[in-house]
Amino acid sequence: MKLESLEGQRAALDASEVSSVELVESALVRAEGAGADLGAIVGLRAEAALAAAAGSDARRRAGELRSPLEGAPVVLKDNMVQKGEPTTCASRILESFVSPYDGAMAERLEAAGAIILGRANMDEFAMGSTTENSTFGPARNPWDTSRTTGGSSGGSAVAVSAGITGFSLGSDTGGSIRQPASFCGVVGMKPTYGRVSRWGLVAFASSLDQIGPFTHSAREAAWVLEAIAGHDPRDSTSLPEPAPALESALTGDVKGLRIGLPREYFVDQGAEPGVVEAVRGAVSELESAGAKVVEVALPHTPYVVSTYYLVATAEASSNLARFDGVRYGRRAENVKDLDEMYRRSRSEGFGREVKRRILLGTYVLSAGYFDAYYRKAQQVRTLVRGDFDRAFEACDVIVGPTYPEVAFPIGARMDDPVSLYLGDIYTVSANLAGLPGISVPCGQHQGMPVGMQILGRPLDEATLLRVADAFQRRTDHHEHRPPGSP
Amino acid sequence: MLALCAMSRITREDVERTADLARLSLSKDEIEAMTHELGQILDHVEQLQALDTEGIEPTAHAIPLATPLRPDRASPGIDPDLAVANAPASDGHAFVVPKVIDGEEG
Amino acid sequence: MSDNPLDRYEPVIGLEVHTHLKTESKLFSPAPVRYGDAPNHDVHPIDLGMPGVLPVLNEKVIGLAIRLGLATHSTVNTRSVFARKNYFYPDLPKGYQISQYEEPVVSDGWIEIEVPVKGSGKKRGAETVTKRIGVTRAHLEEDAGKSIHDVALSASEGTHIDLNRAGVPLLEIVSEPDLRSSVEASAYLRALRSILRYIEVSDADMEKGQFRCDANVSLRLRGSSEFGTRTEIKNLNSFANVEGAIEAEIVRQSEILDDGGEIQQATMGFDVNRQRTRILRLKENADDYRYFDDPDLIPLLIDEELIEVVRADLPELPEQKRERFEQEYGLPGETTAILVTSRRLADFFENCARACNAPKAAANWIARDLRQELNERNLAVDETRLEPDALASLIRLVEEGRLTTKSARELLPELVEAGGDPQAMMEERGLEAVSDTGMIDEWVTTVIGGNAAAVESVRGGDDKPLNFLMGQVMKAAGGKANPGEVRKRLVEMIRGDG
Repeated sequence: MKLESLEGQRAALDASEVSSVELVESALVRAEGAGADLGAIVGLRAEAALAAAAGSDARRRAGELRSPLEGAPVVLKDNMVQKGEPTTCASRILESFVSPYDGAMAERLEAAGAIILGRANMDEFAMGSTTENSTFGPARNPWDTSRTTGGSSGGSAVAVSAGITGFSLGSDTGGSIRQPASFCGVVGMKPTYGRVSRWGLVAFASSLDQIGPFTHSAREAAWVLEAIAGHDPRDSTSLPEPAPALESALTGDVKGLRIGLPREYFVDQGAEPGVVEAVRGAVSELESAGAKVVEVALPHTPYVVSTYYLVATAEASSNLARFDGVRYGRRAENVKDLDEMYRRSRSEGFGREVKRRILLGTYVLSAGYFDAYYRKAQQVRTLVRGDFDRAFEACDVIVGPTYPEVAFPIGARMDDPVSLYLGDIYTVSANLAGLPGISVPCGQHQGMPVGMQILGRPLDEATLLRVADAFQRRTDHHEHRPPGSP
Repeated sequence: MLALCAMSRITREDVERTADLARLSLSKDEIEAMTHELGQILDHVEQLQALDTEGIEPTAHAIPLATPLRPDRASPGIDPDLAVANAPASDGHAFVVPKVIDGEEG
Repeated sequence: MSDNPLDRYEPVIGLEVHTHLKTESKLFSPAPVRYGDAPNHDVHPIDLGMPGVLPVLNEKVIGLAIRLGLATHSTVNTRSVFARKNYFYPDLPKGYQISQYEEPVVSDGWIEIEVPVKGSGKKRGAETVTKRIGVTRAHLEEDAGKSIHDVALSASEGTHIDLNRAGVPLLEIVSEPDLRSSVEASAYLRALRSILRYIEVSDADMEKGQFRCDANVSLRLRGSSEFGTRTEIKNLNSFANVEGAIEAEIVRQSEILDDGGEIQQATMGFDVNRQRTRILRLKENADDYRYFDDPDLIPLLIDEELIEVVRADLPELPEQKRERFEQEYGLPGETTAILVTSRRLADFFENCARACNAPKAAANWIARDLRQELNERNLAVDETRLEPDALASLIRLVEEGRLTTKSARELLPELVEAGGDPQAMMEERGLEAVSDTGMIDEWVTTVIGGNAAAVESVRGGDDKPLNFLMGQVMKAAGGKANPGEVRKRLVEMIRGDG
């Protein structure tokens, strides 16, 4: 087992072959090298991380391990706040912001003994699926640096894919964990809505946002989720259930498990043939392990992207109103009055994609349009959820491609928002319906990784991880590393 | 649903009005481009109107929950220095903004 | 045309009252609710609208909202929804206010007010009738911060923003447009404030900004049933300003209408110094607040069971108390109206009446003498040193004839300010009324001897001069004779029964 994976790090730490300080030191070197070259890491807290690592090593000597994450370095997507540290959301408007309070993830990771190394690149305010809309410049795919990492949690995906840290956190509003995981050949998981606290996550679309882990394996994802999940009284949308025991669910057994294949994902709104082929291969693997395949219908699939963009932009337009240059963040210089202060601060501070979405969201909420757009979308959400409820009567998990294609070249989709948005067709449903979803590397196409998405019933992360883990026990896709790996 | 036919095309004036509401200043070129792009997106979104949602309850939250509550106990506010530490302009306690003309808003 | 616009036009007035709820912490954050602290000393990152913060509802406000609903005969809605009202203003930290819009917690109620009968003016003691005013709705929302526009002390120009008030829980209580005059408007506000204080939902202190009012005013020709175009006068922070602003706005609108003009929908401000309303901004482009359900919050579900628990715990309300006082103690309406103005005064009355066993006397002492002392000092009854038992003892001394009313009145200010035992004070100062018949007979004899005409009338059966003679005796006694005894001896000695 190698040191670039969380499991490898854990084994080496347990065997005293390496210390947490050494892990952090080499992660810092890697972050400053490959991390910078790939545009993955946008901020490091070397001193604080080394001090925390020393503390972890002391605990380990005292036999006081906090969790399987003890001593392991991690990076956070740059939209999760930590007291005394910058959080920028890859936006000019927050370029100088330092958080006065701790977010839930900083607290949970610390409580788990993990070492927060720094912050990962992203699309500005998590709006995008390429990590190109960043004030820090685009992130680059380790498998082919001319291609995008996917997004919006591209930096977090690269951190794991390129072996900078063994795990990382991202946030997923419409696929922003699963899609970059698919593009970069790692595991990325979006838990059930409400499973992980949003306290301290800078909101994009409050009813859709959910934090989750990037790792190499489903087993590692289970460890991370156990550490970060669970009720948080500071988040009204947090589920009351305690964090589930997940590792014990990883039995490797999928006998009798019913895998639903939505006709819509494979035929009507089908992906690239190479992608479909890889996913079908993975399904065959699970079948040979004893799972049964059934066809299911998700008839509202053609509408999910429209629904998603209406809901997400409406909420975002309101969530981003607080960036006004009054209490924090960028304020335009030499303004003559309050109105100009608002307009110029916001116009100079937000990038183009963010402005586009704020405008769309403002428009669909405005007088005369609310019912036709926003209310309609919330109704369609009910229909989408109904599709899944019915499908899950016939199956235990739903499997399909995470994204219709593999990572495309940087810059290729910059001028065509609609076609870029349509790529989210397989991922946004889980956000609209609140379901857990995971993307697992399942093969390659054109030399680039392909991700298989597994969707589960609400709160049933255990089954998702069991299927993903069973697949990984039988295959080695997750052990493939991009060129230049350590 | 008659009104829907009329709204499928967002106009430049709509974009300007919306930018006003969102406190964004857009250049002429930006308004032009946004009108085009938002038009494309809204054209696509029009497909939803084909769905019959009569009587369908809207979903605001995917997972139903009871109303979470917090006991009415006060804890001290954050350190006053931290409260304004990120402020572009402050007098040490209060945030300072360009003079508000009475009745501008609110 | 007559000079009084009210001869031609009927004002139609609705009020929106914002009242701070009595909580320790804010509506959605644990920061303390305090008044008068240095700017931004009572704020949590939630109140600052920091990136990544989330609201969680303060459970205490639910009980308070239910109480208000029950006290205003409203429906307490078992489901209500928090919505975002989106607009930009520097003292609104998130760029939206969390409020309730389509589904408020309380709706469809009423309260009763006492209004002067037409023509009887607004003099005290004028004849009144009871009028029912509809309460359209009451909804929970968070207050905004404060914009301080004139900072004389600060060198920096500009507006200063203090967010201590941001997030303080409010109920916005909206009346139906049932009010027809400035007097009715202020009667409604007083009645509402009294209810809020009775049920301990709000201290409703206008000076602290805990009870603020916006007034919607329109005029229509008398006899018309249609509403005219209305304007909204914002931020009225005293009863005098509410009345003044409404009266000024009635004049302004009537002048426009008289000139054949049209009223423009507008938000108005009230210039206290000039007693005039002025347009702050026109509502031509209707405010577009883009309300939508706040995705950070779950709808507020209230159990019927909880409503019943709160109902069982609801204190007696002013109108109920008044009715009971009238029936139980046989008190007149004018007196009970005063006694129930605050729960503390009403409680004081009942404690005092019980202790002295003379409810009518207690009512009169409290509604007249004590009230005057309180008004002079601008104090509430429980802010004085006077205990109900002490006042009861004072009243008992008067009832027993041991202390004259005059002497008792002289003791009252001291009791209010310093407290003390009336009997001890009376004895210490030799104020006890003389009941010794020998002394009294001496004074009476002297007075009878010097007032032959009056004595003759009394002897002829006329009681009227008796009061005059009593006064003379009291004067001779230096005000310290037991008045009952004096009267008795006067009659006996003049009419020859004794």
